[in-house]
Amino acid sequence: MAQATAHAQGQQHPIKLYLVVWAWLFILSACSYFVDYFQLQGLLRYSLILLFMMLKAGLIVAVFMHMAWERLSLVYAILVPISAVLVFVAIMVLEADYTLFSRISFFGTGS
Amino acid sequence: MVDHALTGVATSAESSGLKSVAADFSSDRKAFRNVSWGKAMMWIFLLSDTFVFSCFLISYMTARMSTTVPWPNPSEVFALTIAGKSLPLILIAIMTFVLISSSGTMAMAVNFGYRRDRRKTAILMLLTALLGATFVGMQAFEWTKLIHEGVRPWGNPWGAAQFGSSFFMITGFHGTHVSIGVIFLLIIARKVWRGDYDSQARGFFTSRKGNYESVEIMGLYWHFVDLVWVFIFAFFYLW
Repeated sequence: MAQATAHAQGQQHPIKLYLVVWAWLFILSACSYFVDYFQLQGLLRYSLILLFMMLKAGLIVAVFMHMAWERLSLVYAILVPISAVLVFVAIMVLEADYTLFSRISFFGTGS
Repeated sequence: MVDHALTGVATSAESSGLKSVAADFSSDRKAFRNVSWGKAMMWIFLLSDTFVFSCFLISYMTARMSTTVPWPNPSEVFALTIAGKSLPLILIAIMTFVLISSSGTMAMAVNFGYRRDRRKTAILMLLTALLGATFVGMQAFEWTKLIHEGVRPWGNPWGAAQFGSSFFMITGFHGTHVSIGVIFLLIIARKVWRGDYDSQARGFFTSRKGNYESVEIMGLYWHFVDLVWVFIFAFFYLW
């Protein structure tokens, strides 16, 4: 019921919350910039990029877009279809691997 | 019968978790309870836009994974020499901070909108628009620089030809979204400034009475633009 009352007056949260999230987004962006600045390579680089990306995206969606306070049926209606994108990514990874394999075996390298 | 229906609704309002989702979708009434149609439609538009950008990023991934030619190193391509020192990705980093700041001011504008503080809301929205315009300006600078260096959708001096087409397509579409966002920010900021949402003036396009939720809906779009940039920054510039 608390959720319903919050909606009746619109989203009301203290300004401090937004400033804190803003600061965190700055810190996380700086961190992902330093991943490149210090030329981290390999698995460490990719996992750090993905970690900072997901944290930033989560903060923006949950707090700035107020998803954390939305009704669960709206949250699911928006977030569940996005899993289709992940399936698409998986399909295209397989496809790209196969294309690369064909190119190397039939056209030689460098073409 | 009416009584029965009312009790059904009352119990569904109290259920939580997955049960509340099932109750909402099976209620034979509007599924997104307590969510206005404007906000629900913006979310659904943003979901469809997510798919558009996902397709761009996935095609970029496919091109980059399947090419036998080395991919140009974005860290060097987007480096700038400032005061005699070459800094990797510096412009992109500044653009990221500008866009995040605009998201911060937008979130605060939404907050002040619900507090009926017209002045602060309008000023924060104008500040958001200014930061957005700055972002587009820096992107125009970046495009100019790369085009002068010979990057074209069909080739570039450093490696795989698909680099140019992916770059122009992804950043171009994102820049268009930012530009449209700036225009809409200015329109909504003007309405707030004039007090259209307090005086219940009718809109010039839809002839409907607005309210301060428009600021939040505008904010949803703006945060989405920032959100897309988070993914572009990670996958195109850093990867």
